[in-house]
Amino acid sequence: MKNLKLLLAGTVAALAFAGSAAHAERGTDGDLKILFWQAVSTLNPYLSGGTKEVYSSSLVIEPLARYDEKGELAPWLVTEIPTVENGGVSKDMMSMTWKLKPDVKWSDGTPFTADDVVFTWKYCVAPDGGCAQKAQYEGVTSVEAVDPHTVKITFSEPKYYPYSAFVGAQSPVIQKKQFENCVGAKAPGCTSANFGPIGTGPFVVKDFKPNDVITYAANPNYRDPAKPAFATVTLKGGGDAASAARAVLETGEFDYGWNMQVEPEVLATMLKAGKGELVTAFGTQVERINLNWYNPDPKLGDKRSTKEAGPHPALKDPAVRRALSMAIDRNIIDEAGYGEAGRPTCNIVPGPEAYASTANDWCLTQDIEGANKLLDEAGWKKGPDGIRAKDGARLSFLYSTSTNSVRQATQELVKDMWSQIGVDAELRNVSASVFFGGDPASPDTFQKFYADVEMYTNNFDGTDPEKYLAEWLCDKVPSPENGWQGQNIPRYCNPEYDKLVAELSKTADIEKRIELSKKANDMLTEEGAHIPLIYRGQVSSHSVSLDGVKMNAWDSELWNAADWSRKK
Amino acid sequence: MTDATITATQPVETKTPARSAFGDIWHQFRAHRGGVAGLVIFVFILLAVFIGPYIHRVAPNAINIRDKNQWPSLAHPFGTDNLGKDMLAQVLAGGRISLAVGVTAMLLALFLGTLVGVLSGYFRRLDGPLMRITDLFLALPLLPLLLVILMLFRDTLRATFGPETGIFILIVFVIGITSWMHTARIVRGDVLAVKSQEFILAAKSSGMREFRIIIKHILPNVLSSIMVSATLGIASAIITESALSFLGLGFPSDFPTWGRLLFDGANFLQLTPSRVLWPGLAISLTVLSVNYMGDAIRDALDPRALKH
Repeated sequence: MKNLKLLLAGTVAALAFAGSAAHAERGTDGDLKILFWQAVSTLNPYLSGGTKEVYSSSLVIEPLARYDEKGELAPWLVTEIPTVENGGVSKDMMSMTWKLKPDVKWSDGTPFTADDVVFTWKYCVAPDGGCAQKAQYEGVTSVEAVDPHTVKITFSEPKYYPYSAFVGAQSPVIQKKQFENCVGAKAPGCTSANFGPIGTGPFVVKDFKPNDVITYAANPNYRDPAKPAFATVTLKGGGDAASAARAVLETGEFDYGWNMQVEPEVLATMLKAGKGELVTAFGTQVERINLNWYNPDPKLGDKRSTKEAGPHPALKDPAVRRALSMAIDRNIIDEAGYGEAGRPTCNIVPGPEAYASTANDWCLTQDIEGANKLLDEAGWKKGPDGIRAKDGARLSFLYSTSTNSVRQATQELVKDMWSQIGVDAELRNVSASVFFGGDPASPDTFQKFYADVEMYTNNFDGTDPEKYLAEWLCDKVPSPENGWQGQNIPRYCNPEYDKLVAELSKTADIEKRIELSKKANDMLTEEGAHIPLIYRGQVSSHSVSLDGVKMNAWDSELWNAADWSRKK
Repeated sequence: MTDATITATQPVETKTPARSAFGDIWHQFRAHRGGVAGLVIFVFILLAVFIGPYIHRVAPNAINIRDKNQWPSLAHPFGTDNLGKDMLAQVLAGGRISLAVGVTAMLLALFLGTLVGVLSGYFRRLDGPLMRITDLFLALPLLPLLLVILMLFRDTLRATFGPETGIFILIVFVIGITSWMHTARIVRGDVLAVKSQEFILAAKSSGMREFRIIIKHILPNVLSSIMVSATLGIASAIITESALSFLGLGFPSDFPTWGRLLFDGANFLQLTPSRVLWPGLAISLTVLSVNYMGDAIRDALDPRALKH
């Protein structure tokens, strides 16, 4: 054992040496300018489920293992990925052991140890903590430090896909020393820690202005002495997708722009300037319309969109939910807003390919006639204004989303399609920083869902959808009790579904896992928890002078920022 | 057009003693060239916006994805947007909303401003408190205040009046109560000046009641400054509404207003410039013409100018 460690340490040192020889020195390439058009509100991903928080913090704090650009697991802070074959995962699938790299240091110079890993788990599962990434630690009963560089995770039942806790950008390891007094209800109050976490990643936070700009500097204690090539990173937030695309592609003011959700024809005009290029990766992003299963009537005050409000007066009818989906022509939406960067889909788990179900393909073709017939049969009669109603409930929905020209165009298209089946929609758009901001005091966040239907994109890390599918479990419904955290935004609750996901988590056989995932995915679409619209490729842009970008749809896009450099 | 008005008002030129007050004002107004041009343009915009849709009979919200991003043509004189909606129809529909918001919000601001101004100018005891309230409102940062008000009352109003009327009332109210302060200050100053003149003293000594003095003697004499702030108010209300739409906080996104059209078109500036050109031009022309009209009305109502 000791020999092996020595050997590994030697290998790492050798690699580091080789790296420094091949590469430029640390911090020689100046400033890397990144533009996120949704501004970052915290650097602690455990307190915000937003992609922007997860990505921006991934430059600083890291998980034990990451997914690479192909969706395969890559050891990051560990020496190898534990498997049953190498003895890292026990035969009964009840526990797994991670071997930490021995020489990793936090950016403050203290050693990175198993205690920090154990603490991270405790931090997230602490009662009243409102941890946004609890799903990552689903089924974990204990995390123990066997020795300073060995972590043992025990599960409550056999975990057949154990790579969830501490894997991927959504569950990075945080420093025990820094967050020790920030556990539970105290977590949101620890501003200096949440705004400047100490990490093991290539950069350290120098200055953080919430909802504005973050400046990072190269981590002096980074494990590879030759990296990162950039001395500083400026991550500017705010604006909108189109101006971000322009800043990278047309004017070249920024090196990297995240999430180019801009009309394809507009991007094509910008690309002509030749200052930047687009990178696309199809991961698991699906633009969907969530249907609210609870009543969001403003008259209910604080109770709206919670269990106490009762079921939604119109959307509780399965016929309505299905008709809404049937009426949508996804091809038109794709053509108008996404082009090459999207494909019509009926799945919430659109990839990897083996996991993509074809059972719901009925929704790929628009069927206005069928939808009308369905609603007629269900007793929804058209009123004098052409809007269907039944027992006092009108099919008129408040349709909310974030402010983005593609989303507003989609809203209008969907409204037009729904009007053909006697359904009215009132459109609302909320600034993306508010909508995804996760502020429990704001009534406009997507978690609160004070609307009948809402549209946005979500995805999952890695290639296994188990924990993603676990987001639709009954106990994940956001509510005031859990600080509106919890990812079951549609408030879907079906014991059958819970059972299915429980079965999935008990299944080891990969074929069987795929079958169960598909079944769960189909159930969500068939029951109408949401209406999947577009399988979105992740599109980002980078300047032509930036080298080393490997677009990753399975983990943080900035996952290999340590390897980025300026083209000479 | 100009010839026609001259011949129509020819009898006025003969300086008959029976010349009406309105005739006087009109005569003075006409002497202001910018004002006349502004009036012509403003009337043209009004006509286009209210009668235009009966001539150009395309629904502003009709989506035709096959005709997207078109440059101006006979079928679509202003081109189409990226969903194939006709821009001319949208600009016309948007104009109705923008003008309605502008005029209604202006009237509200005018009413509040005049009320506060006259009260604080005429009654000494009210002067201090009312002017401090005015200062308070002036010191409030407008946009954050608007955001908070919109957030607090949006759902209640929406439930009572429906989405579009609710937002209309809210926006008009919000713009109205945040833009009366300048009117109030101007009116107060004028009232203070008028109050000290002899004819007011005469009216008082003849036993006229305060209320009637204000209505009969004070208001007509401060009318010119009220009218000027009214015209300025329309312009700033249209601009504030544009700013709100620009932030995605005004009307729903499928509800065209000039500000919203400008906002949506900005991305397509290089592809179909007409999407930005026309709504932008409409806002600029309206604001400019209204300002010139205000200028001319002030000249026309100035009693010193009337003497000759």
